[in-house]
Amino acid sequence: MKALLVGVMTAALAVPAMAQKKYDAGADDKEIKIGNTNPYSGPASAYGQIGKAIAAYFKMVNDQGGVNGRKINFVSYDDSYSPPKTVEMARKLVEQDQVLFLFQTLGTPSNTAIQKYMNTMKVPQLYVATGATKWNDPKNFHWTMGWQPNYQTEGRIYAKHILATKPNAKIGILYQNDDYGKDYLKGMEDGLGDKAKTMIVSKVSYEVSDPTVDSQIVQLQASGADTFFNITTPKFAAQAIRKAYDIGWKPVHYLNNVSISVGSVLTPAGLDKSVGLITAAYLKEPTDARWASDKGLEPFREFMKKYLPDANIADNFNIYGYTVGATLVQALKQCGNELTHENIMRQSANLKNLRLDTLLPGIVITTAPTDYAPIEAVQLQRFNGKQWELFGDVMTSQ
Amino acid sequence: MDALLHQVLAGLATGGIYASLALALVMIYQATHLVNFAQGEMAMFTTYIAWSLIEAGMPYWAAFILTVLTAFMLGVLIERLIIRPVGQAPVLAVVVVFIALLLILNSVTGWIYTYTIKTFPSPFPAQPLFGNRYLSSHELGAIGITLVVLLLLYAFFRFTPLGLAMRAAAQNPESSRLVGIRVGWMLALGWGLAAAIGSIGGMMVAPIVYLDPNMMSGVLLYAFAAALVGGIDNPMGAVIGGFLVGVLENVLGAFVIGNELKLSVALVIIIGVLLVRPSGFFGRVQVSRV
Amino acid sequence: MSRKTLVLAIVLLIVACALPFVVSNYRTFQFTLVLVYAIALLGLNILTGYNGQISLGHGAFYALGAYCTAILMDRWGVPYWATIPVAGAVCLGAGFLFGLPALRLEGLYLALATFALGVATPQLLKYHLLEKWTGGVQGIVIMKPAPPFGLPLNPDQWLYFFTLAIAAVMFILGWNLIRGRIGRALVAIRDQHIAAEAMGIHNALYKSLAFGVSAMFTGVAGALGAVAVQFVAPDSFNIFLSIVLLVGIVVGGLASISGALYGALFIQFIPNIADEISKAAPWAIFGAFMIGFVYLMPTGVAGAVRLLTARRKAP
Repeated sequence: MKALLVGVMTAALAVPAMAQKKYDAGADDKEIKIGNTNPYSGPASAYGQIGKAIAAYFKMVNDQGGVNGRKINFVSYDDSYSPPKTVEMARKLVEQDQVLFLFQTLGTPSNTAIQKYMNTMKVPQLYVATGATKWNDPKNFHWTMGWQPNYQTEGRIYAKHILATKPNAKIGILYQNDDYGKDYLKGMEDGLGDKAKTMIVSKVSYEVSDPTVDSQIVQLQASGADTFFNITTPKFAAQAIRKAYDIGWKPVHYLNNVSISVGSVLTPAGLDKSVGLITAAYLKEPTDARWASDKGLEPFREFMKKYLPDANIADNFNIYGYTVGATLVQALKQCGNELTHENIMRQSANLKNLRLDTLLPGIVITTAPTDYAPIEAVQLQRFNGKQWELFGDVMTSQ
Repeated sequence: MDALLHQVLAGLATGGIYASLALALVMIYQATHLVNFAQGEMAMFTTYIAWSLIEAGMPYWAAFILTVLTAFMLGVLIERLIIRPVGQAPVLAVVVVFIALLLILNSVTGWIYTYTIKTFPSPFPAQPLFGNRYLSSHELGAIGITLVVLLLLYAFFRFTPLGLAMRAAAQNPESSRLVGIRVGWMLALGWGLAAAIGSIGGMMVAPIVYLDPNMMSGVLLYAFAAALVGGIDNPMGAVIGGFLVGVLENVLGAFVIGNELKLSVALVIIIGVLLVRPSGFFGRVQVSRV
Repeated sequence: MSRKTLVLAIVLLIVACALPFVVSNYRTFQFTLVLVYAIALLGLNILTGYNGQISLGHGAFYALGAYCTAILMDRWGVPYWATIPVAGAVCLGAGFLFGLPALRLEGLYLALATFALGVATPQLLKYHLLEKWTGGVQGIVIMKPAPPFGLPLNPDQWLYFFTLAIAAVMFILGWNLIRGRIGRALVAIRDQHIAAEAMGIHNALYKSLAFGVSAMFTGVAGALGAVAVQFVAPDSFNIFLSIVLLVGIVVGGLASISGALYGALFIQFIPNIADEISKAAPWAIFGAFMIGFVYLMPTGVAGAVRLLTARRKAP
């Protein structure tokens, strides 16, 4: 009898103290189902590379054993950058495919369209792929969180730099006529404060459907500006850099972070024509000579060779997808066996000084229940004809 | 004044882009009486073929000629395989097929070549002519090539029997068959020529705007406008229309209404011109028997 | 209308009413969008199919209707059901006004002018002077309407029935128009406009009216679409929308009322299917489907159905 009692007690103690297993729809012992929308067709299809990079990253994670023993099932649909389509696909993912949460849905209008829905359904809309400022609003939208440094912050940082180094500058701005362009513009105007009206001598826009921005560059030169804030996407950035050089306009040239790739923007524009460009960055740039022998980037280079062999490593979107994927994996690891909507949000808002090798040194990821902006710091860098040279300290918008 | 001159010259450069695509549109219209929405994408796709050849090591002019020939064959193939089977369908059905071609070419190119921009070499020297800051040698050269193509086209339609046969086949297929013209092959020839002209246009445009799958999407409206405003059946009108549209767009955008309303102004201009001259500036006024 | 068609229509209506109770909310939402597109395509068909005026810019009227609803609901708190007739009226006027200069333009030239309208629409919506009302690039978010009178329906189902009711009204309106004098006048103008004028049909008036009515239908569709999606932004209404509408009426069947429904099903579901088939090049698959449909059914699905039923009737 005593032996039986001891046996039973031993058996009871031997049962490992397992963490509580709690699942919401989309998670179980074997997999975590994640939903995403990206523009794989239409005029914004260049951004679809982010979706492909993320899918490849999760494949690598799965090959290495998954997260806490679970494989990631990444379901991504095409929304052609059209908000009504995004709404439809988001509903499909949440209601029909029963994903655990949405991750890196792309585009400001697309995310605006589904924000209310996601928060009503209480399903996380995590690490959205847009730099708009509105995603850092935990009080009103508990379930929506951004990831990259937002555009207005970057604009303000450039404004601060101008005020500090060239307080009498005459600023000309070229911006894309959409939410991305206007957000950067607002950041710069806010950063300049009262002096915005006097310092900004020319604001010129362009549409994505325009063949070239040559006319706009000519306009900016004619306005007498000696400082240029270049808010353009890669193709137009290359055109702008080259045209400015060709017409003999040599302003102090601030280039927005979206177009800093040496391989896919500066080289087509002409490396000699890009000398002196200033930008703010948070990711390492794989085609930049300064990281050519960086040990930290080796896993990324291996990843590109093995999982995205046809992609262009010069395309920023690949390292972006890799880094945001790594951020999510960390949050998921912290969730352990409690894969519920609430815990996903809690852990995503609980990243403390997360350091990833693909981020520039000095830049970390931090979130808190009142801080839904994971990356808030950037570092200014200047192009010297061969590579980007970091200067100054890591800056935030404060 | 300097700013105005600069904008006008920049407008001529972009106008050259519109003119080259407009020429291809006119070509296909003269041969088939249809406007091919996929013309821009065909030009873009053939330019990628040229890029691949040059990347593989072929010298520029060899790649150029090979691409033009390939484009010609591609045009003929498309007409025979894709357009011919829907020949009897209502006009709008054929338009839908053109739209489908546009989507397919755009999507397939993006898939094969990715969306990262690529530089395309120029056969013209890098130094601007006389060191001027307004137009690069390539932009001048591109305008020159467009004019040469225009002249060749004009001569072809006006002075060669083949050109006459093509025009006849498009205007009146029934009577043409009666006089022995192989109407089917005339159509295919028209498509081939249009594709070839488009490829030349693409190779002239790519060094200026960089090569990417969406290179020609924005150009279509302006090329369409240039072709119609200049007269859809008149190649010279299309070229002049292209330059006009380019200059107007730049000047109005820079000095009059700002870039934020450029497209709406284009709309108003198009309607305005067509109201006053419904067949375009240089088009032949259509007189139809009642 | 023959007895057979009437019976068919009633059966269709019954099936449509039963739908939201057998499928999920998500599918109900999709079918609401199908109804929205059907109304828009009916409008475009009146202009292009029956009256022969090619419009490559009907997305502009769709956008106008959508923004009417959004602005009325968001800035002035007008209830959603009251915005629909207002959107229709505004688009009727806008379409008529656009139709006036369009009178001078034929075929290709009209296509160009409407194409320019379609291309210019997003830029106009983003224009900074209008930003106060349109919300500029940020767009306008709309509240989801709740079922009234405490009906035991969830919001998706209620919205579906609301849209179904309006669709039924619009279809009956359209059918009446086409079968009557006005419809015959439109078709006469399309086929032989000089003879039509000689017979006493006031071409200019009818053609402009066709534009206005067609815009009204599409505007109502846009308004309903805005309520269903709960969001309007300039980039939702680019040239691709206009092109897709044209593809819809051709694939569905020109000059056909049922064609509007077939076309709506095509443009709503085929892109999704294309996406499932290939993530790398979804548009290519969509284009392939379009070519396939046009090859097999050059007169549209409605035309093919007509052929099939005629063949079965013949001895």
